[in-house]
Amino acid sequence: MSVPPLELIKGPDETFILNLGPQHPATHGVLRIKLTMDGEYVTRAEPVPGYIHRMHEKMGENRTWNQFLPNTSRIDYLSAMAYTHAFVGVAERAAGIEVPPRAEYIRVITSELNRISSHLVWFGAFLLDLGGFTPLLYAFDDREKILDLLEGITGSRLTYCYYRFGGVCNDVDDAFLRGTKEFVAHMRPRMKLYRDLVTDNIILRKRLTDIGHISADMCRRYGATGPVIRGAGVAYDTRKVEPYSAYREFDFDIPVFPEADSMARYLVRMEEIVQSLRIIEQAVDRLPDGPFIAPKMPKVMKVPPGDYFYATEAARGRFAVRAVSDGKEIPYRLKLRAPSFSNLSLFEEASRGMMLPDALAMLGSLDLVIPDIDR
Amino acid sequence: MKNLIKDSVSGFKTLVVGMRLTIDQFFRRPVTVHYPREALKMPERYRGHIELVRDPETGNSLCIACKSCEKACPSDCIFVEGIKREGEKRKSPTEFSLDFTKCSLCGSCVEVCPTDALRFTKEYNLASTERSAYLYDLLRRLEGQKK
Repeated sequence: MSVPPLELIKGPDETFILNLGPQHPATHGVLRIKLTMDGEYVTRAEPVPGYIHRMHEKMGENRTWNQFLPNTSRIDYLSAMAYTHAFVGVAERAAGIEVPPRAEYIRVITSELNRISSHLVWFGAFLLDLGGFTPLLYAFDDREKILDLLEGITGSRLTYCYYRFGGVCNDVDDAFLRGTKEFVAHMRPRMKLYRDLVTDNIILRKRLTDIGHISADMCRRYGATGPVIRGAGVAYDTRKVEPYSAYREFDFDIPVFPEADSMARYLVRMEEIVQSLRIIEQAVDRLPDGPFIAPKMPKVMKVPPGDYFYATEAARGRFAVRAVSDGKEIPYRLKLRAPSFSNLSLFEEASRGMMLPDALAMLGSLDLVIPDIDR
Repeated sequence: MKNLIKDSVSGFKTLVVGMRLTIDQFFRRPVTVHYPREALKMPERYRGHIELVRDPETGNSLCIACKSCEKACPSDCIFVEGIKREGEKRKSPTEFSLDFTKCSLCGSCVEVCPTDALRFTKEYNLASTERSAYLYDLLRRLEGQKK
């Protein structure tokens, strides 16, 4: 009796499809990934975005510049400030509006606070993906302090919509500045706590170190930015390469880790919190007096015809707005370049051949915000 | 082998350190408040739904029914109608309604108002099972506050 060839016993293809999401407990938001699995190994991962597509770009083309402002905080609800910043920035650049220095400093302070709060959410959610619940509570305790501070000046806890063309909508008060200083003093020892509790933890190290390689070359091909490319050893940060607002005036470093694994991306974000604290401290100390919004701002924003571009460094990477104006009250075209979309698109290539739990850990380390992907 | 032992020892140490930090928290005060027995004070600039501001002299609304807010609203959730009554210098509203189901609390209406006749409330307890509960007649609300 002859033995049948191995292919016939095993079957030509034993892969199966595993749906990750849209509401899988391990994914953030409503992202769906169609995984083709060979046992425990991912052979193909196909992201299926679009579940919360809200046509932000199209909405920008049928409402006035002022009316689109609230939308910008809702693209990436975790780092709303940077998104509003890019949008007001593009209009200011186009119309040649000079923003008072105080307003620029306030923008820097609030953007950096927002970055810290965003990284803290990521920190909690990422560790939740990895199966650790406790760090989330620590992170949210600190994040709550930032939200209280920002709520005090903006009136809102998440979708701030604080910046206006030419400045910000309210001036900061002494309570905010005092609270921010206290927060910086409070946060520094907390970073040590995070290191002792989480970063040094052997379980976390074993799960992240040398796993989930995303090379600098892959980042470039997919246009991945933010902590993903900085975790691959490239010091690319819009705040340094194309300094906007008042970032030129502050002394801060761009954390870069060349290991290109999930741990590197983790460490980049933790180090960024420290750097943001440095920026905030300098900005609060040197906050200039003066108006918080440019004088004589028109009630209805009008932008001269042309093609304009403005990029900011959001918590997830480079967010850019390209606006084409034909001189009317409504933008002709508004292109929103969202970092999460590029960061997700490399997932298919990067996850090939990985084990499922490792792929999930890598997915978490990309820090995706689904409304940002779908827009 | 040597590495394995070294790894295990240092790894065990990190677990002990983490556990110590967790146990420390047992002796800290809670950071949350027990809502609804206690509630946090809303900050001055909190953005609840809008309401009309009363003119301290006449007791009526400051609104002049110019419809700026209606135009500025990105979600079309404000409806204003007004007439010019006899003996008055300016228009006054006959209807001012807000469809709070559509409102995103951006505050454009408050900002454009030329007479500062709008402001944010500090209300956040707004749960309901009916859509009609969020169609606010702000003029009637202002009258109701008179009493």
